[in-house]
Amino acid sequence: MDLANFLIQLLNSVQYGLLLFMLAAGLTLIFGIMGVVNLAHGSFYMLGAYLAWSLSTQFASLTLAILAGAALSIIFGLALEWLLFRHFYKRDHLDQVLLTFGLIYIFEELRSIIWGDDVHGVPIPELLSASIPLTENLSYPVYRLFMSGLCIALAVGLYLLISKTRLGMKIRAGAFNRDMAGALGINIKLIHAVVFALGVTLATVAGMIAAPIASVYPNMGSQVLIMCFVVVVIGGIGSVRGAMIAALLVGLVDTFGKVLLPQVAGMLVYMLMAAVLLWKPEGLFKQ
Amino acid sequence: MSTIKANLEVLPRGVQVTLALGLVALAAFPFVGTDFYTQMVTRMMIMAIFAMSLDLLQGVTGLVSLGHAAYFGLAGYALAFLTPQGEAVSLWWTLPLAVLASGLAALIIGFFVVRTHGIYFIMVTMAFAQMVFYLFFDNKVLGGSDGLYINFRPSAAVFSWVPFDLDNKRTLYYFTLVLLLGVYAFLRCLLWSPFGRTLAGIRVNEHRMRAMGYGVFGYKLSAFTLAGSLAGLAGYLWGTQTGYINPELMGFHMSAHVIMMVILGGMGNFAGAIVGAFAFEYLLYMFKDLPQIGSVNLGKHWQLWMGLFIVLLVTFAPRGILGLVDRFGKRKEVSNE
Repeated sequence: MDLANFLIQLLNSVQYGLLLFMLAAGLTLIFGIMGVVNLAHGSFYMLGAYLAWSLSTQFASLTLAILAGAALSIIFGLALEWLLFRHFYKRDHLDQVLLTFGLIYIFEELRSIIWGDDVHGVPIPELLSASIPLTENLSYPVYRLFMSGLCIALAVGLYLLISKTRLGMKIRAGAFNRDMAGALGINIKLIHAVVFALGVTLATVAGMIAAPIASVYPNMGSQVLIMCFVVVVIGGIGSVRGAMIAALLVGLVDTFGKVLLPQVAGMLVYMLMAAVLLWKPEGLFKQ
Repeated sequence: MSTIKANLEVLPRGVQVTLALGLVALAAFPFVGTDFYTQMVTRMMIMAIFAMSLDLLQGVTGLVSLGHAAYFGLAGYALAFLTPQGEAVSLWWTLPLAVLASGLAALIIGFFVVRTHGIYFIMVTMAFAQMVFYLFFDNKVLGGSDGLYINFRPSAAVFSWVPFDLDNKRTLYYFTLVLLLGVYAFLRCLLWSPFGRTLAGIRVNEHRMRAMGYGVFGYKLSAFTLAGSLAGLAGYLWGTQTGYINPELMGFHMSAHVIMMVILGGMGNFAGAIVGAFAFEYLLYMFKDLPQIGSVNLGKHWQLWMGLFIVLLVTFAPRGILGLVDRFGKRKEVSNE
């Protein structure tokens, strides 16, 4: 593997890792703060990708589609939390698994009714469609760099939101001790609703920005969901920092595994998870 | 916060009578039902064995595995690999070997997963099952995404003597019924054995069991391995019945379905798992068979109905059918006093 090729794979793995982080961050936050395991998180990713496809054909602009899609996701997340998830925060994990599994079926079928079962492509915006040449026949698409940049910006935003703002302080207080925070006059129900909507929106936005390079197809949520589980298990449940490091690690192992050891590539990530479990059964950054 | 659900370990007299009547109905069924329904009920009984194997983990030990289908599928694949292209293979050594293969996989994976707790256990069992899924899905040698055909059903012949023939639908039905009863009796005995009591103790309070000197890791690993082996038995029967095996059988949806069956019936007493498996398979059949109304084919959207059903069930009746019976029974007792 020469330097240019190595660089391309490295950029790809970072970009994949960052995308996984967007999804895993929501999953780990929803678990860490509300104690809910959400199998339907992959469905949000899929719904995001379909939204990007349908809205970008409506508006003829991916940027507008992403903004409108994000707004819709917030409303959708708040509604879902109010209608269902709110009642499951204190329930058994088994009930949460079943509820969210039922939701996967519902979302898949609604997607099939609304948008059909075809595979779609979303065009890359004109402005970002260029490629940066690395050697004579190798180049790197600008859109992938843009994706990584956007993910980093959102990750920094998330970090600032949680550690530097008043809302973030309330979120941390609620995660630390839900009842005590409530007794101190923090509207914990509102905080939960906000965190849930945030998690949903991160997942749908991940789906929307991935749509141009990953194409849009039914069941695209399940594989990504399992990768997110692996990331969350490696990073430690509830830890956003752990999710970031684990996501980058999984991105590296997966991308380089496919290039260097294609025969066992599909299993490498799980072996990494097994190794981490042997070493630290509660993940690298247990909260 | 998780709450420990009280299990209906001792079955009320009414439930016992119903189960006995159910058994009589099952024994008589092939003489009444058509071939189609005989096959359908055979399939339900196979799923009931699969559901009971999960109940040992989920209901008795309190371990929610979201990857149980992996062991189900592995035994089916074992049968497919052991069956040569042109002839049938003996039941007597392939069945134990396939069950052993599933048990071994459960032992190895269990070694990693059993050290995790609660939510981690759910995620990790799912991730490992997915690993097995992709191993078969990605490799052409192992059948790939299309799966494998099992051209001949296993033969029960001992030298030249043939005690029964599994190609006969009715024989396969009774063979499955006998195994179903055997597994049920075995698990009921296990439930009341010291081993079963220890597993139930782990569900209720693992720390206390450890403090009392029980090697919790060993007990949980044994339960996981045993459950995996029994799931393998069901998988072997599935392969025998359908003659076809594919990676979907090990997938995440299959694992979730079997959890649903155990919940639907009521956990921790194995009878509930049987009831749940029959009810779930029937619902699946019913939803897929819904009629066409105007231009809308209701059956085509079975996932929507199943999804809504699951959401409603878990919201309003989280303890399943036997749980409802139990609650109803208690209410009656209270009103009698």
